Order: sequence, then C-alpha cells, then structure tokens
Amino acid sequence: MTPSEHPSFPVAARTALADTQLRHNLAHATHSIRDKRAAVVAELPDWEQLREAGRGLKERVMRHLDDHLLEFEAAVTAAGGTVHWARDGEACNRIVADIVAAQGVDEVVKVKSLTTEETELNQALARRGIRAWETDLAQLIIQLADDQPSHVLVPAIHKNRTQIRDLFRARLPDAPADLTDDPERLVQVARAHLRRLFLEAKVGISGANFGIAETGTVCVVESEGNGRMCTTLPEVLISVMGIEKVVPAWQDLEVFLALLPRSSTAERMNPYTSLWTGVCDGDGPREFHLVLLDNGRTNVLADQVGRQALYCIRCSACLNVCPVYERTGGHAYDSVYPGPIGAILTPLLSDLRDHRSLPYASSLCGACYEVCPVKINIPEVLVHLRDRVTSEPPPDRHGARGRVDPERLAMQAVARVFASRRAYESAQRAARRGQGPFVRNGSVRQLPGPLGAWTSARDLPPVAPQSFRDWWRSTHPENG
Amino acid sequence: MRDASHRRRHVIREIVRVIVPTRASLFITCLNDTLFPQTGRAVVTLLERLGLAVDFPREQTCCGQMHFNTGYAQEAIGLVRRFVEAFADAELIVSPSASCVAMVRDAYPQLARRSGDPALVAAVDRLLPRVLELTELLIDTLGVQDVGAHFPHRVAYHPTCHSLRALRLGERPLTLLRAVGGIDLVPLPGAEQCCGFGGTFAVKNADTSVAMLSDKMRAVLDTGAEVIAAADNSCLMQIGGGLQRQRAGVRAMHVAEILASD
Repeated sequence: MTPSEHPSFPVAARTALADTQLRHNLAHATHSIRDKRAAVVAELPDWEQLREAGRGLKERVMRHLDDHLLEFEAAVTAAGGTVHWARDGEACNRIVADIVAAQGVDEVVKVKSLTTEETELNQALARRGIRAWETDLAQLIIQLADDQPSHVLVPAIHKNRTQIRDLFRARLPDAPADLTDDPERLVQVARAHLRRLFLEAKVGISGANFGIAETGTVCVVESEGNGRMCTTLPEVLISVMGIEKVVPAWQDLEVFLALLPRSSTAERMNPYTSLWTGVCDGDGPREFHLVLLDNGRTNVLADQVGRQALYCIRCSACLNVCPVYERTGGHAYDSVYPGPIGAILTPLLSDLRDHRSLPYASSLCGACYEVCPVKINIPEVLVHLRDRVTSEPPPDRHGARGRVDPERLAMQAVARVFASRRAYESAQRAARRGQGPFVRNGSVRQLPGPLGAWTSARDLPPVAPQSFRDWWRSTHPENG
Repeated sequence: MRDASHRRRHVIREIVRVIVPTRASLFITCLNDTLFPQTGRAVVTLLERLGLAVDFPREQTCCGQMHFNTGYAQEAIGLVRRFVEAFADAELIVSPSASCVAMVRDAYPQLARRSGDPALVAAVDRLLPRVLELTELLIDTLGVQDVGAHFPHRVAYHPTCHSLRALRLGERPLTLLRAVGGIDLVPLPGAEQCCGFGGTFAVKNADTSVAMLSDKMRAVLDTGAEVIAAADNSCLMQIGGGLQRQRAGVRAMHVAEILASD
C-alpha cells in the first residue's frame, strides 16, 4: 500500500470530531464501561499482582515462542486436529478458503475474531464465492451496515440503538416493520436470524484467545453464546490464531481468565468460555483446522521495545480510558486495532512508513498503561515508535523518500539553542523583541506556521518582559 | 516552666536544622523561565519563607522533554548531559513541573544507557534521588502541610497526567491547598482526564487536543471556580489558553503561586 492510501490520523480524526451523534455515543459508551471496569477491578485486592503475573507469563512465552508453538502443534495434531502455518494474511485466507471450498459449501458462520478482520478473511472468502456470516451481535450490525469495526470488543460502539433499529429494518428480511429500538426486541430479531444460520452451517470459523501448548487446547472467550454455537454445531471448525496467543499450560489461564473479563466487559467472569482439544468422536466438529498466523508478528518480536505489544490479550480497556479514542472513535486509526494499542500494534505489524502519524495520536497521558491487564507500557512504545519515525525522513508528495524534514530541522535548531546558555538567553531576548506584532492585550492570539494550530483555539502567554533568570540575577546578585 | 519550653524549642530547632535540608537548587524549566516567571518567583518566595536557602544554577536550560516525547531522543541525550552537569553540585533539586520531573525520573536512565556512556549512566543514577517535584519537597522532605498562605478564592485543582500517573503525587498538592487560609477548594469533575495538551500533540493533533480541552473547560466552568490550579504550567498553558480565548473569566495559576500568597 502506498502512504497516500492511509489518511493521516489528524485528518481522519476530523470527520469523527465533527460528528456530534458519534461523539455522544462514544462518550456515553466508553465512560460507562470505564466506570464499571474500575468497580470490578477494585474488588480484587491482588489486582496489581495479577497484572504482574500476566505480564511475566507473556514475557516468558515470547522468550521461548518457538518451543511453545512446536509443542502446541504436536499436541493439536495428536488430538486429531490439522495445523497450518501462515506467513501472512494472504496465505491464511487461502488456507481457510481451500478448506471451505473442499466442503462444497458457500456459507460459513463466524465467531467474532480480530485476527480474521486483520487478514480481511471475509472479503477473501467472498472473492471465492463464499459468504461468511458474522454471528456476534455487534459484528453482525457492522456487517449489515457495510461498516468497519471501531472498537476491539464492541465493534459497533459508534452506533446507538435507534441507528441499529433502522439498520435491521432495512437489511434483515425477517425484521418486523414495527420493530422498536427496545434492546430486547432488537436482540430477538437478531437471534431468529442467527438461529437459522447456526443450524444450517457446515463450517464454522473462529479466532482464538489462547492456545494451550501442553494439551493442544484452543480457548475462545465470549459473552453471547454465538461462539459456542459456531465451534460446536458445524461439522468442520477452522480456528485462526496469532502465534503470540500460545500459553504453556492450563494453569496460566488462571491468571488470564481473571484479568480478561474484568478488563474488557467489566465482568467477574465472562458468560462463555469454550475450550476444545482436537476432535472427538460423536461430539462437536469431526474436522478441526488450526491456522497459526505470523503476518508481521515475528517483526514485532524482533523490536526490543515494541515486543510488549504482543502481550495484548485484546481486552480493549485501553480504548475505553483513552481520551483520544473517546473523541475520535476507532475509524480514525484506519486499522482493525484502534485506540492506544492500535497506535502501536498497527505500525509494528505492518509498515511504520504507512502509519507515520499513528504513534503521535496520543497525548501520552498514560491512562492506557494504568489499566492494561498485562502492563504494556504503551506510552513507552509510542515514544519509541516516534523515534523510529523521525529517524526516517517522510516521503515527498510523489512518494519519494529522502526529503529534508522541516520539523527535524526545527527540532535540531531548538536543541542547539538549549545546548548553550548564551544561545538560550539570546533566543529569549530575540523572542521578546520579535513577538511585538503578535501580542494583543497581553496575549498572543495568532501565530504563523505550525504554531498557528495552537492559536487556532487557544491564546498563548507572551514571552515575559523579565524572564525568571533575569529576575533572579537582579534579586540574588550574590548567586547569579 | 518557661525555661523547659525554651529548652524544648531549642532542641527541636536543632534537630530540624540537622535533619531537614537547608539548601535547594531550583530547576525552573525553560517554559516557566520564559513564559511563566511568576511561578518561579513564587517558588523562591515560598521556599525562602520556609527557611530554605535557594540557589539557581545558571547553566540550566531545558530537560529535553519535548525532544524526547516527539521522537528526537538523540537531541534529548545532549540535554540530559547538560542537565546533569548544570546540577552536579546540587544537594537537592526542586522543580515546579510534574512533567519535567517525570522526564528526568523516567526517561533519563534509558537515555543515559542509550548514550553508551557509562559515566553519564552513573551521573544520572546519582542525580535521580536528589530531584524532587515541589509538592514532594514540601510534604515528604520538609514535612509541612500548612505553608501559611492565604488565598480567599474559589479554586479547582487539576491533577495533570504526569502528577497523577507518572509521579503519583496523589493527595500532596491537595493537602497543601486545603491548608491555605480562606480558600474555597472545589472538586473538579473528571479531574483525572487529560486536558489535551500533550506537548507537540497540541499542535500535531490540534483538533483532537481542542476537543479534549473543551470538555476540561466545561468541567472547570461547571465548578464556578475563579482559579484553575495545577502543578504544571504546560497543562495550565492549554487550559488557561482556552479559557482566555473564550474570555471565560477564570484564571490559571500554578499551585506554587497560591501557596506563596499571603
């Protein structure tokens, strides 16, 4: 993809910032999940230790990822499953489409899965004439609306129930004409639609929250029960799992199944935790395929600071507390991974050059780091990625690299000024003299160049008539 | 009786003299030096009133926070070196900026390591325990809560992100403000939310920054406060700049300025 295909974050954010309905929906939803999360987390006196344990486990997994994956593959195979390895999204989609095509069906049911969103599996299946039905309520809403998810956990967070009612009336053939926006009625309509799909589908597709290496068990965590339907009713089950989702042992779930639901849905325990190991005669799918997906993950692993982004268990707590996400929503991040985690994961997984503005889509307020159940230091990774961005000059309008970056020149000039007291003090004096035309009634109200973005909505105090150091020299001559 | 109390006072004063630091070097920060000198004057007034001898190492300039946070670590390393040299002789370094102290505390060790210079790593190690944010110095080191200030105004306090989540100042600034005579300290709804400043974020993502600011301003105005206070002038530049643009009639003041009022 060329850089021009990705609008920069500040530009993409403008649409959302101007959409008052969206702002209201997002503020309402994020604040309510945020408060509920804080309440259930406060119930656990050992929450901080749990976070430490979660991070520690993930750190160790990454250090021996190769061993864990090979052990996992052997165990899945021994339990009657088939393991496929996919270097990238395209390979993954091809593998899945081939398996579906071999069944001779043109319809599959899906559990909500970010990983298959990442590989754009649905679109790839559609190109092979296969219709993939999303069965998670919010994901179904997104699919019916031909929209993009805007949240990791609640992909339709940007829609309210009236908008959903209108959508169901327009797009679901069996929706009654008098459908109201009562959540219970909306769910009934969706259930009736999904029930038919569950009973008819021959192939189910899921992602995976965890893969347990010692037994080859796959774990999916969900709230609605649609996931359990998809993983048990069809004859063939295909699970797509990022390679970073492997954990060594069942015992590790003790930590993650405590961290995940409280962080994501603010529940003490999520309603459905499905675990399956290979295939089992007369019970559940008779064929099980596991696709292990790299798609940039090994590159993330190679980044010493960025590696921690792979610890993510997709809880979305960082989105819900993020003051930027709360106002821009997920679409501005131009990725299936929005919010703070997206701002680091997207450029790490793909090409930083295509997402130069994402590491800057944060005020570094640190709220994300504070809630992250596996203690990913998101601000640290953001700053690290900013450093990588600046070490490579931005492309010019025609996509050519190597242009001299005016920001870099300015930053270097400022650094030179700060490097010498004399230069710094003369810069203070020069600014004081030069600011005259911009000062009105004791305030700077309009500045040229990039600083105009500040004065577009904010005044700026002028350079003081007497700097602190000049005052000090005049009042403490013995220590000047 | 009078004799006993006199002797007690003498002994206590002697103890205080030997256990409490008597000197502090002020790290003013480039922003305060240039745009908010009144904050620096307030810190000096306050600390001298509490009996501390304040000095001002003149070679200081900037801690490098803007460079580091914007992705110019190499440039920031030069400023780390400069800071360490400027404050080499300081017994105790105090600064009225939560974000600049957080920069020193959190980023200096990694920048020093990155420089590959073991001498710089060691110098930063020696420096860190001596760098304190103003309210840390007052509450933890000097053990004062009531600094004898008088400020008969309605004040809302905004705990900046670095005060709250990097330095974990917690109740310190509020404890000091509560003890101020005549003050009407009112709670700020959604106080823990970022004001949208974020250094160059305020310019690079101006629209989002202003959206965050407008919610913060609404919260401030809802309290009916005359003054919005914080322990960092960078965030106050954002909040105060927005309020000033709207002619909202609310003043932004650094906590130090309130504590120095009488």
